[in-house]
Amino acid sequence: MSLTLNHYLIFSTLLFMVSLGGIFANRRNILVVLMSLELLLLSVNTNFIAFSKFIGDVDGQVFVFFILTVAAAEAAIGLAILVMLYRNKKSLDVDDINELEG
Amino acid sequence: MSPELLIQILFYLFGALAIGSGMAVVSVRNTVYSALFLVFCFFNVAILWMLLEAEFLAIILVLVYVGAVMVLFLFVIMMLDIKKVTKSQFKSGYTKAALLIAAAMLVELMMLFGYRMKSQLPADELIRQGESYSNVTEIGMTLFTDYVYAFEVAAVILLVAIVAAIMLTIRKRPENKQIDASKQIHVNPADRFRVVSMDAEKGNGEES
Repeated sequence: MSLTLNHYLIFSTLLFMVSLGGIFANRRNILVVLMSLELLLLSVNTNFIAFSKFIGDVDGQVFVFFILTVAAAEAAIGLAILVMLYRNKKSLDVDDINELEG
Repeated sequence: MSPELLIQILFYLFGALAIGSGMAVVSVRNTVYSALFLVFCFFNVAILWMLLEAEFLAIILVLVYVGAVMVLFLFVIMMLDIKKVTKSQFKSGYTKAALLIAAAMLVELMMLFGYRMKSQLPADELIRQGESYSNVTEIGMTLFTDYVYAFEVAAVILLVAIVAAIMLTIRKRPENKQIDASKQIHVNPADRFRVVSMDAEKGNGEES
């Protein structure tokens, strides 16, 4: 029994669910939520690369390149917003950001 | 030891390490440790991508993610100076329900990949390329021919991210002697400089 596409799919499912659970469980600290988002994108990228390699089409890897670009931009802007939030509120708790309640 | 067995051992070893360090990222109390575990997880996943023969992306992951994005994360963590270590929220009832939903999604996805879709997925193993094959060349050819427009859009996205991040975090200091450019442009010359016509004055008391 050798490594097939299924192995990689199950690996990325496990990683995806670990990071999704991290987003659910870490509402006290937005920094960890942002890091869980990076992990989420990483598992999706693993899926893309596995499909691209096993099907034999390079387009999936090009798409991963673009996802990495957008994720880097997202991390930069997210951290900038986080710094602004900490300057104004002195807290990283998600529950403290409730001024825009409708 | 056959190379096939070695590849399997590497896959299971680094896959387990990646998932374990992913669990550590979301459950460790100290945020700095969390970021460092994330770096470790990136390294392990880069090795898995190497096993898939996606060399270019594996190196990009280490260079860009570990070298730039995670360093940015660590800078921000140390700049924010979080003193009190927050307690983890795994105990609260709301979180328990959310984790239960995540576990249910996990079981469903595993069943989907393990049983339902098994006949539709390509079951053969990875076709190993020859020595003359270059992953970078192939990605580069596709990137700069079929996807050149998307490539330029990605460059613009990065530019927007730079401008947005700088504008959000720039801090105006009160002692700064900066000049407001728009105020400077809208100055009317007549407010500042006036030409007065007046008679010539006599000399300082001397007889001519």
